[in-house]
Amino acid sequence: VVIYAAGSGDVSDLTAPSSIDLRSVSLLDSDHSLAQVSLFDSVVSEMARNGGVAWMRTTEKIGGYDLSTSDTEEVHVLAVDDSLVDRKVIERLLRISSCKVTAVDSGRRALQYLGLDEEIQKKETNGFDGLKVDLIITDYCMPGMTGYELLKKVKESSAFREIPVVIMSSENVIARIDRCLEEGAEDFIVKPVKLSDVKRIIDYTTTELREGEQREGARAKRRGINKRKQREGDDDLSSSPPSTLSSSTSSSPSSSIQSATAPSSPSTLDSPTRRLKMTSSE
Amino acid sequence: MESKHVHQQIAAMRQSFFDEEVLDEKFSQLEQLEGKDNPNFVEEVFTMYFRDSTAFLETIEQAMKTIPIDSIKVDNILHQLKGSSASVGANKVLKEVNKTRQVLGKGNLEGTKAGILELRKEYDSFKAKLEPYFQV
Repeated sequence: VVIYAAGSGDVSDLTAPSSIDLRSVSLLDSDHSLAQVSLFDSVVSEMARNGGVAWMRTTEKIGGYDLSTSDTEEVHVLAVDDSLVDRKVIERLLRISSCKVTAVDSGRRALQYLGLDEEIQKKETNGFDGLKVDLIITDYCMPGMTGYELLKKVKESSAFREIPVVIMSSENVIARIDRCLEEGAEDFIVKPVKLSDVKRIIDYTTTELREGEQREGARAKRRGINKRKQREGDDDLSSSPPSTLSSSTSSSPSSSIQSATAPSSPSTLDSPTRRLKMTSSE
Repeated sequence: MESKHVHQQIAAMRQSFFDEEVLDEKFSQLEQLEGKDNPNFVEEVFTMYFRDSTAFLETIEQAMKTIPIDSIKVDNILHQLKGSSASVGANKVLKEVNKTRQVLGKGNLEGTKAGILELRKEYDSFKAKLEPYFQV
């Protein structure tokens, strides 16, 4: 994530980060090389210390970057399941779908990996413990922290709320599905998970990533970001959500509908996500 | 000729598992995930399954001997066993798990004990069938 600060304020005034006018957020690969860090580096670290988003550094040369890094980069999935067997299977499914996988056995460990565990103080500006996570796929029923609780913690975090979270469950309970979708889950899969489920989710995630980066790339080029002074009124940006990855929770794509349908369950509604949109919650 | 015989043996064993409904289509799906880069995937999954499930069953059997019986603990472990059995396609084992859980859910502890005996029988039989299959 890269933040470009606009405005006439003195950016060395680190005690009042709120006075910096944030105009855009762009996505960069986590291991890009940086052309210039001086101006924002201290701002960035200060904002991170204040509990803001986990900023990466920025650069003046954004126009020259190839922002569509997800074309060459694999999707990195954090898989969470307390069952050893299920972890092995989901890992295999994800690898076959050309993903990088990190599999952990609990919600707690997932949060630790992300750097969100409250009990482990992360001093670095970069809150990531490892690779940037593009997708979280988690079991619902787990001892300790359930997948639902993990979902909530991720969505409550400003750093990670844009990461899509998919819930897996062996139980096809409509109320559970609704609750997860309302909390911002991207999708809900009934176990046992099939390869087609995984492929569909990865395709969707990859498209979102690529589209997000293309949108930002187009905007960046349009505005000529390397010249911060030339700020035409970018009203479209100020009204759009700060992260380009946002697949807004209130508009689940129809392609995710099938996933929640158990093939053999007679009592299942065919389209729980559609149902969520149509009805008020009971 | 020996390897042809072995292949036939493996194929016959495998078919019998499906015919007897010991395994369901989830097993085939796992087989499809095997590849040159991971030729023993199914066997590895089953090794994990047997390791976990043996431990689960033993814990359940122990729990059923304690007084008072911790039904919640037993149910939680049955839930885990259900999940992993479903994931590997252990059809008959899964059925016994579900039956036992239902009985437990009604508070019928004697019935649950009987159910667990049946589950143990089914599980042991399953393990006895699958382990040689992977060794062939």
